[in-house]
Amino acid sequence: MPGPQPVETKTVTSTQASQATLLLRASGGEVQDRLFSTAMTLCGLAVLGVLGLIVFELMLRSSLSWHAFGFKFFSGSDWDPVIEQFGALPFVYGTLVSSLLALVIAVPLSVGVAVFTTEMCPKALRGPLSFFVELLAAIPSVIYGLWAMFVLVPLLSQYVQPFLSKTLGWTGLFTGPSYGFGMLAAGIILAIMIVPIISSIAREVLMVVPQHQREGVLALGATRWEMIRVGVLRNARAGIMGAIILGLGRALGETMAVTMVIGNQPQIKASLFESGYSMASVLANEFSEATGDVHRSALIEIGLALFLVTIVVNAMARLLVWTVTRGQPARGHA
Amino acid sequence: MPELAATVARAPAVPKISLRRRITDHVMTGLAIATVVLVLAPLIAVFGYLVYRGVGSINWAFLTQTPKPVGEVGGGMANAIVGSAFILGIASLIGVPFGVGAGIYLAEFGRNRLGSAIRFTADVLNGVPSIVIGIVAYSIVVLYQGHFSALAGGVALAIMMVPTISRTTEEMLLLVPQALREAAYGLGIPRWRTTLSVTLRTATSGVITGIMLAFARVAGETAPLIFTAFGNTGWSRYLRFALFGKDFAVPFVRYDQPTAALPLQIYTYALSPYDDWHRQAWAGALVLIVLIVAAVSAVRYVVRRGTFGAA
Repeated sequence: MPGPQPVETKTVTSTQASQATLLLRASGGEVQDRLFSTAMTLCGLAVLGVLGLIVFELMLRSSLSWHAFGFKFFSGSDWDPVIEQFGALPFVYGTLVSSLLALVIAVPLSVGVAVFTTEMCPKALRGPLSFFVELLAAIPSVIYGLWAMFVLVPLLSQYVQPFLSKTLGWTGLFTGPSYGFGMLAAGIILAIMIVPIISSIAREVLMVVPQHQREGVLALGATRWEMIRVGVLRNARAGIMGAIILGLGRALGETMAVTMVIGNQPQIKASLFESGYSMASVLANEFSEATGDVHRSALIEIGLALFLVTIVVNAMARLLVWTVTRGQPARGHA
Repeated sequence: MPELAATVARAPAVPKISLRRRITDHVMTGLAIATVVLVLAPLIAVFGYLVYRGVGSINWAFLTQTPKPVGEVGGGMANAIVGSAFILGIASLIGVPFGVGAGIYLAEFGRNRLGSAIRFTADVLNGVPSIVIGIVAYSIVVLYQGHFSALAGGVALAIMMVPTISRTTEEMLLLVPQALREAAYGLGIPRWRTTLSVTLRTATSGVITGIMLAFARVAGETAPLIFTAFGNTGWSRYLRFALFGKDFAVPFVRYDQPTAALPLQIYTYALSPYDDWHRQAWAGALVLIVLIVAAVSAVRYVVRRGTFGAA
């Protein structure tokens, strides 16, 4: 995000003042004013319109599947376009498990990075560090997928998965053949992708914790870690939660990288080594080749479900972050 | 004040911080540093590997030729590069005016409940999965036209640009001091003129930064293009013209035809079983990153020079 920049006031006053005399004569402009504000209001309303359009189109075009399957659509686990039998449970399961796995990996890392950049690191390092972390967010999803296919997956299948199944195989989460592709790979690449989002928002939240909270705790004789735990993290709980939920929202809807490594098998298996399928992935893979109307409608219903879930998740997160940072400059003491 | 002196004298010495607490402190600092290393490692790995594979794979044919038939070695992504630029052009043409307009509304007229609703909607729209936006563009453009097209891809990306642009534009306009607006009103300048020539002009560089941010974000989007722009293995149009008595046909793309896009091509090639296509996927990824960075820096450079020129 671009930070608040000092505004060059001189630019305008000098150039605009000369034009002003001319404009003075041509003033009045009530009609133009009304036109202008109407046009701008329409642009603003377009934002609401787009949301309405999304809801309308998704509901309209998924109605066929809704009428055919009802609520059973989300509890059925058979997905067979040939006999037109559609149950979305494996996709819901894959989306939830890969996103939760991503959160388990990403949350400690991002909170750690946020704490380090706001509380521990030397001032000179702060700028470059946040720049590099945000650079991670600028890499397109398809490039993460490419990297995951050719670097992460071989790494997992040769080293990480054999090690995990030897040491943690008894949990049942890490059993089966180590192909590399599967739920674990999807979770890891998702984690890499959501760390920048969670950590940059968590950083903003940590920065609005008032300085006197830190000083107060330090004055009681706390060590730095105790100060961070009691004075900073405890105060920022709600905001950090918001950041995490925002990350979850991004993970739920992430398509390309997941599609490239999750294995694309509509099945529900306990082991993270097994292939899965996610809601976004099945859309990416099947939508353009969907033959029957029911098939397409079923896919759009998955899209509708994905949309509703991310809307709820994002609204929750925004409300949490807003209540924390509202009214205060987010980069208070940067 | 004898009492105070006595209190001070009786005050216990600063207690020593126990070993356990000091160790915890050090361990936690160590852990925080470890997280930073763990987060930066994939960044360096992704970038390093991208440059390593990309530079080794890129060549003249890649930049100037269209894809060869399946299984044949060689060919390139020229049509995808042009197609991407074309789709992004359509997206910007639609998305930028609406985004900036909505931003102006939010900053100048939006201090009310409707404004809050739009603000919140924009933030929430920002989090809608791109593939869902693709479905919507499919239903309103592709189904209407009857086939996949560059226009549908452009509409999908435009929808994704609007929330980002409107929110950053609003933020930038709000930074313009109120006194500037008042000075303009005081000179009798109508509100619309003040907003466009004073407020918006002052905030130009910030607004453009926001636009470039949105541009960079959608430039790499693949998911909404899969069933809108769809991809194409060749050109969909030739621009014909005569020059010096000779006829030229410059390959180009049509807005109403399936169009190749760089991210789509990377995706297709990455999933293919051919080594040569994998090589080209890496080359495409490098070109994509370089083009995004180049576009963003070029616009920022021009804008910065523009504002200094005016001053």
